[in-house]
Amino acid sequence: MDALQNMGLWGSILIAVVLSALPIIFILLYALVTLYLEMKVAAHMQDRLAYMRTGWHGTLQPFADILKLLQKEDTISSEADRKLFILAPYIVFMGTYAGFAAIPFSSMYIGSNIDLGAFFIVAVSSLVVIGILMGGWASNNKWSIFGAMRSAAQMVSYEIPTALAILIAVMITGSLNLQDVTKFQEGGIQNWVIFGGTLPLTQKLLLIPFTVVTFLILFTASLAEVNRTPFDLPEAESELVQGFNTEYSGMRFAMFYLAEYANMFLVSAVAVSLFLGGWSSPFGSVMSGPVWGLFWFVAKGMVLVFLQIWIRWTLPRLRVDQLMYTSWKVLTPFLFVCIFGVGLILVL
Amino acid sequence: MSAVGEYFHTIWLAVSTVAIGMKITFKHLFVPAVTLQYPDVKMKLPERARNRLYVNIDDCIGCDQCSMACPVDCIIIETIKSTPDQDLGVTSTGHKKRLHLPKFDIDIAKCCYCGLCVPPCPTECIVMTDVFEFSEFDRKNLIYNFSIMTPGDIEVAKEKLKKAEAEAAAKKAAAAAAAAAAKASAAAQPAPPAATPAPSPKPEERTPGQNPQPGTTTTDPGEPPEKS
Repeated sequence: MDALQNMGLWGSILIAVVLSALPIIFILLYALVTLYLEMKVAAHMQDRLAYMRTGWHGTLQPFADILKLLQKEDTISSEADRKLFILAPYIVFMGTYAGFAAIPFSSMYIGSNIDLGAFFIVAVSSLVVIGILMGGWASNNKWSIFGAMRSAAQMVSYEIPTALAILIAVMITGSLNLQDVTKFQEGGIQNWVIFGGTLPLTQKLLLIPFTVVTFLILFTASLAEVNRTPFDLPEAESELVQGFNTEYSGMRFAMFYLAEYANMFLVSAVAVSLFLGGWSSPFGSVMSGPVWGLFWFVAKGMVLVFLQIWIRWTLPRLRVDQLMYTSWKVLTPFLFVCIFGVGLILVL
Repeated sequence: MSAVGEYFHTIWLAVSTVAIGMKITFKHLFVPAVTLQYPDVKMKLPERARNRLYVNIDDCIGCDQCSMACPVDCIIIETIKSTPDQDLGVTSTGHKKRLHLPKFDIDIAKCCYCGLCVPPCPTECIVMTDVFEFSEFDRKNLIYNFSIMTPGDIEVAKEKLKKAEAEAAAKKAAAAAAAAAAKASAAAQPAPPAATPAPSPKPEERTPGQNPQPGTTTTDPGEPPEKS
């Protein structure tokens, strides 16, 4: 890093731009893979084959999809609020992308090594709600606004379990900096926070039930945060005609889509960093290092993304009241119990 | 169950049923696909599948029964009677062919694939096949022409029929004249019954191929002498 700082102002600006562009390259590649993965997993779970005609087993289909979206006419309805309508997809994507800044991809790479990393992600990703509300409102379409309202209600209420679950991991690791949290978990699978972290054995054993429950709750809440099944009420195709993005087409629609996929990885990345050891190798010092770190981080993240896809093609959509019940009457009280339990164990 | 018990029971149900569902979907991830890659792999259709119609025109005797059975009138048949000097051959089922078929059209776009045209066919020449891929860009291409007669053939057949008809008409006129003469002579002399001239037109009217329905031929010529 010293060498970089000697390059003067322009040099450091260039470095900053390059480093901040790295996650977007990752997001684009990841979105291509996940688009394909999602359709393939969906099809195989339903005993189908999905894409088979574009390239080998349809591997070129994501490119074809993107090409199609690029070519599509960009329509804005005459009664829409043009400025907000155009701005909304960017805000949604920006909220998601800003979250990637504090994600430690590897021991060598983190967009911004800030002390309040976990807090920053929670805060900045709630910007997505504003973008979605903006899109729904600006569309001037009652189904869009219904979708946007549902989305806002859902994301706001699920932010509480998410934040509480993150708080539990922070209580155990003692840091909000995700790089420090990951370093705390180094040294193998037994040191992950989900298995009690690097604490004395008795404390670990006592912590495991609480951390496992917390991890499951964090995962459930993150599903709701990214508007995915079974919490995909904002996009309820059958009831809302696709919800907040009904009026969008072409690249603006693709932007929402990309943001959704990026958000899927973001919440998975947070869960991985906090509970599953981040970039640290599950075999201790074997296969560890900056490059292996990136591999482990992405692999763990993708496992959680696969889990999200798996759940999507298993469960039906929840009703709105069930959604609120789950958040306020189940997840939140359980987390309070967990916080109490973890706090007690940590004090002992 | 107490309220607290029910609360935990509901949560347990939710978690356990989600686990069951996910187990099922995960198992299906490794189940071979039940779908076929259609244009490359095709499903074998049942033996009696009703799809595109096919007419073996060599066996058709032009009886028009399929056309009459068709509920949507998609079969149009035109026939030309053959003259006695022509031998159109015999179908594979042993029926003698007596009619030329200048037109045997099936508008497959109208066809409703009911299969009602198949059973009436006396020679089993109209059948439903298992071909189902015959979409066309132009609707006109969906009218299938099964006739194998060229315009020249049709001309020849028409000419021959005209000639034969003219001959028959001439014969009939001659017979009628003869009958009238006989009648006139009979009127001059009393006693002979009026029935005697009646059978004479019969053989002339029955020239082969002139009328496929024999019922009309027998009644027609018999009547005029009765009336007169």
